[in-house]
Amino acid sequence: MSRGGVGLVAAQRMAFDTPLELRSGGVLNHYDLVYETYGTLNADASNAILICHALSGHHHVAGHTDPDNIEKTLGWWDNIVGPGRPLDTDRFFIVGVNNIGGCHGSTGPKSLNPTNGKPWGADFPLVAVVDWVHAQARLADRLGIRQWAAVMGGSLGGMQALRWTITYPERIRHALVIAAAPNLTAENIAFNDVARQAIITDPDFHAGHYYEYDTHPWRGLRLARMLGHITYLAEDQMAEKFGRKRRAGAGSYGFDVEFEIESYLHYQGDKFAGWFDANTYLLMTRALDYFDPARVAGGDLAAALAVAQAKFLVVSFTTDWRFSPERSREIVNALMKYKHDVSYAEITSPHGHDAFLMDDAHYHAVVAAYLRNIEL
Amino acid sequence: MSHPLKRPDFGVIASWMKPGETVLDLGCGEGELLKLLAARGIRGWGVERDPGHVLAAIENGISVIQSDLDAGLAGFEDGAFDHVVLSLTLQTVRHTQQILAEMLRVGREVVVSFPNFAYWKNRMAVLNGHMPVSDDLPYQWYDTPNVRFFTMLDFESLCTDMDIVIRDRQVLDERGQLMLEEPNFLGSLAVYRLGRSNGGGATRLVAPAPFSDPAQVF
Repeated sequence: MSRGGVGLVAAQRMAFDTPLELRSGGVLNHYDLVYETYGTLNADASNAILICHALSGHHHVAGHTDPDNIEKTLGWWDNIVGPGRPLDTDRFFIVGVNNIGGCHGSTGPKSLNPTNGKPWGADFPLVAVVDWVHAQARLADRLGIRQWAAVMGGSLGGMQALRWTITYPERIRHALVIAAAPNLTAENIAFNDVARQAIITDPDFHAGHYYEYDTHPWRGLRLARMLGHITYLAEDQMAEKFGRKRRAGAGSYGFDVEFEIESYLHYQGDKFAGWFDANTYLLMTRALDYFDPARVAGGDLAAALAVAQAKFLVVSFTTDWRFSPERSREIVNALMKYKHDVSYAEITSPHGHDAFLMDDAHYHAVVAAYLRNIEL
Repeated sequence: MSHPLKRPDFGVIASWMKPGETVLDLGCGEGELLKLLAARGIRGWGVERDPGHVLAAIENGISVIQSDLDAGLAGFEDGAFDHVVLSLTLQTVRHTQQILAEMLRVGREVVVSFPNFAYWKNRMAVLNGHMPVSDDLPYQWYDTPNVRFFTMLDFESLCTDMDIVIRDRQVLDERGQLMLEEPNFLGSLAVYRLGRSNGGGATRLVAPAPFSDPAQVF
């Protein structure tokens, strides 16, 4: 239930006409951002928190969009946002935004390319984390937010929070970097590559212009999600939840769904392939691959973060092997080198990478305690 | 008798630091010392392994890093801090020499405080057939977190062996009063200010004279 949450919410849309120059060299002359807000912006606009979404997230962070279907239309991080919740909407003004390249209303591959009136598809320029941050900054301008009280995100969202502290050091007072990493490992990139290859080699991909064929590469997207899902879970958790359990009626000695884990993955894959856009999946995973703020400083993360003025809360989860605690410690150590204010909590959780979305009492208490100390 | 201050060594530790300096507090608990130091203009970070204490330190507005001291201080740069503090924790750390060396690597100066097992009441307890229990040693033998049992004399021998310079030493009794005479006998809680023998940048103080122990007849 959304009881105690922010209740019924509706997305808003903002159009931008100042060209956005992208890291890849591409330019978006016009673009829309779809966003939601919760709580009330105070008189001096000092209580705004931006929530950045991860790979498959979007602007609908909290509350529900359909009063007749509350449970199924809850935002993806509803458990942490609301009156009296860690991101307390009685105190903060919370903004969730769908990033450029997304498939939930902001300008992305499904949008029409103004040069030919057809969906962008594969012609949509590659977007980088820093491009999202620039777009978010322009949204902040339009909302009258000169400086965020905090920018917060998990996974790829945490990378955006980190990037904010480097790109706009004077516009962010606190960064909450959850289950993130300073860049991807070779193993991370490898998983992303397999996911992309699954999509690109799907016969329905049509070189990224599948909209024109009135189809979409759902088989590839489904496989990509199944693979991703395995990496978001922890081995012990999978063993405990599924083990070698058979499905009811299994025993045919064939290649149909025999084990519960197969059933679970198929369900997750089917569900995801039904609503997510394959081109967006390609773009988002590529943004992850390229993210490496230390690169311009010759690989020295501490030097790259030296300009940051924000205070930091870095959080990791013990069983997260996609973005392990050691990777978060790299961020912490880099921040310590130049004496930034940083706190680091390593949360004991069985839930792997997905833990950052879970309603864990200690984790939420840490976030709540940190945010309570933010002066407005 | 309980301490008038919750932690009588904090006053001594704070007196050795100046506004604008930086400090790393190892085993910072809920961040009480760092909060006290912050009020005096000293910037601090804590290291703490207990998740409940980490949460409490964050509630106290302290910058705290959840980490186990037994894993060392590998993430911290050489000479990163003006002071590195280990208050009432040395006796709970298994790798004593390793942690002292690491603290002296990371800090220009090191402060340690520990309960003095040679305090006369502790000696009396042992003479009477029991392990000592007091305000500074508030545990029974079967539930103590302490794994290293040593006296001021023992500690100073180790400093000599490790080529560590003792820059200052303050000793408190159970009521938190400074004890100037016969510290290894009258002192319940010892606070040391240490440096590397090759300097380390801080003002070089005259090391306290080695002391004899009047009770060595026992």
